[in-house]
Amino acid sequence: MQLKPLKRRKAMAHQQVKFYQTGTLTVGNRLLDAENRTVQGTMDRSNSLDSGHRACQGCGEALGARYAIDTAMRATDNKLIACNATGCLEVFTTPYPETSWTIPWIHSLFGNAAAIGTGVAAAMKVKGREDVRVIAQGGDGGTTDIGFGCLSGMFERNDDVLYICYDNQGYMNTGVQRSSATPGGARTATTMPVGPEPGADFDKGKNVPLIAMAHEIPYVATASIDRLHDLEAKVKKAMSIRGARYIQIFVPCPLGWGSAPAQTVNLARLAVESGIYPLFEGENGEITSTTKIRRKVPVEDYLKPQRRFAHVLKNPAQLSAVQEIADRNIRKFGLLEE
Amino acid sequence: MLKQIEGSHGVAEAVALCRPEVICAYPITPQTHIVEDLGALVKSGKIENCEYINVESEFAALSVGIGSSAAGARTYTATASQGMLFMAEAVYNASGLGLPIVMTVGNRSIGAPINIWNDQSDSMSMRDAGWIQLFVEDNQQAVDMHIQAFKIAEALSLPVMVCMDGFILTHAIEGIDVPDQKQVDKFLPPFVPRQVLDPEDPVSIGAMVGPEAFTEVRYIAHKKQKEALDLIPQINEDFKQIFGRDSGGLISTTNTEDADTVVVTLGSVIGTIEEAIDEQDEKIGALTIRSFRPFPLEQIRSALKDAKRVVVFEKCFAVGIGGIVANNVRMAMSGTNIPVYEVIAGLGGRPITRKSLHKLFKDAVKDNLEDVTFMDLNKDVVDRELEREHKLIQAGSVAENILRDGGVVNAAKTT
Repeated sequence: MQLKPLKRRKAMAHQQVKFYQTGTLTVGNRLLDAENRTVQGTMDRSNSLDSGHRACQGCGEALGARYAIDTAMRATDNKLIACNATGCLEVFTTPYPETSWTIPWIHSLFGNAAAIGTGVAAAMKVKGREDVRVIAQGGDGGTTDIGFGCLSGMFERNDDVLYICYDNQGYMNTGVQRSSATPGGARTATTMPVGPEPGADFDKGKNVPLIAMAHEIPYVATASIDRLHDLEAKVKKAMSIRGARYIQIFVPCPLGWGSAPAQTVNLARLAVESGIYPLFEGENGEITSTTKIRRKVPVEDYLKPQRRFAHVLKNPAQLSAVQEIADRNIRKFGLLEE
Repeated sequence: MLKQIEGSHGVAEAVALCRPEVICAYPITPQTHIVEDLGALVKSGKIENCEYINVESEFAALSVGIGSSAAGARTYTATASQGMLFMAEAVYNASGLGLPIVMTVGNRSIGAPINIWNDQSDSMSMRDAGWIQLFVEDNQQAVDMHIQAFKIAEALSLPVMVCMDGFILTHAIEGIDVPDQKQVDKFLPPFVPRQVLDPEDPVSIGAMVGPEAFTEVRYIAHKKQKEALDLIPQINEDFKQIFGRDSGGLISTTNTEDADTVVVTLGSVIGTIEEAIDEQDEKIGALTIRSFRPFPLEQIRSALKDAKRVVVFEKCFAVGIGGIVANNVRMAMSGTNIPVYEVIAGLGGRPITRKSLHKLFKDAVKDNLEDVTFMDLNKDVVDRELEREHKLIQAGSVAENILRDGGVVNAAKTT
């Protein structure tokens, strides 16, 4: 006799995540030798972003920031200063008079995190403290929109700052509005699923990792919170290089995307495995590596768990437009093994 | 040593003597010469141990400065006019975070219509941003006040704007006594930051503050500005001891004790006004405000207590109400029956002439002034434009019409 797995699973909210014992997607360190273990999986990680913060359940940004900053701390022997843009990460980590940051941290404005980073790095240089490294960080709104001028300035001057953009594809802190990183079709508070072309427009938006590469800065990478090893390796590599560096980390947002908190890591993986979010590295303007898709999935698999795309799934034209974007990414970045 | 140099160059040399560690440069007329000269001083090695950063906007200029100051570096930048507005968000942020940045403002008007010439609308637009604002009369004072500004800023952990009239001072060449390094080192100790980003002692700077504490934080900013009312004269005294020059402290006065009419002003125009006073027979005193923020209410009130009338002469105004400085002076004079007239002059670089000042003084001593006077306003041009606007729905651009009426541009289009 057969069970009815679908319904029961749904009712019990089982996660559809395959846990790998080894390799890039592994979650534990059990079978790895010491040097291949993740920073996150070690007892002596710095906990730069400590517990007690006010992020939503299943927040991808909190995970991404924790992974990235702990790795950068390890890479710099704990000599790190972080400069934060206004946004979720800033708000949920520093509700006065508490702070979750165990590292020196400054928040100034929404649009100037990169410039603050430049200033801190300049101060470290004149003080002969170039062993102290600087990270600037923000969400996609603070990076690709309002902070873009300062970001581009920091890039072109090749200032010694690693800028990390936690990309959750919208202004989540202000109540889920569209940013220039919001994908076509997505429902946001300013791109509602109404009218003949529901959701965000398909012909708008910008690819900041590629724009960063056009500045010919020493290092650019995209990463996703579903693969800790890859993410940590990219941050570690970035910290081994001087000059302007940019990492954009894909961080699902349950609140803004209408997804279950337990789906955060899974969604990050499906975005990569469908080709929606290509992972690559670029050095001095050239792409130097891409992460191959293991098991290609149709974009529906990625869209389905997200309410922001509910209307897209019922709209064949929009659905094929999303699939086209994924297919183009696969071609452009060579995401499938030949 | 007395040198015949441009005001901007003098300021650059003064800033250099203060051993700045980070300088953010973005060009905007009329402050540009200052950052240009500083660039050469850093690049040639005359300023040692200093990062000179060519940024992409004024917003970045002050933002980089916020970062460097918060990381413990003595930080300088300069701006003017539209640049001041473009960095406005960072202006408030620098003071809110309590960062002792020194910034020169080469005072210039604000558009539209775009205008590169001098008035004081730019500094005034940021008068309530929490910065200390010091207005200088001449280039010697510009040099001296920059050196004092770092000391004031670092003593209070508050940013300071040194406001100098664009072109009139920034581009004027006159004799300036530029101090030597030993004197400045004696006067200005190395910067010890009140709070600093340091991996050995991690702090979070710029955390969110809710309704439960915001009022108190803002009130302390106000209290600290009030403390500057004692500190500015004190630092001026210290400066006098070492350099032998007096920059005047909060206010300077000339013949205010025995004059019935006192003209109050700020910036370089005091030179013109004092000369015009000397040339005529009316007994008129003058008061110039050096510290506009904090505003020295007591000192002004006390200096003006014996006047029969006060004429506030200013190069800025608040559209929809009138004089900005005048409103502040009225607050100082509240409870007295001394009338305060306001005269708005020199907007967008309009010359302030001897002839107009003499007429103004004559009218003033007879109380023959309106509450608000726009000096040398061309009433015919204004009336004509207003009539045109009342008659025509599509009357066109005010600025262009007025230029055409004034014969400045070709009267191709007639209405």
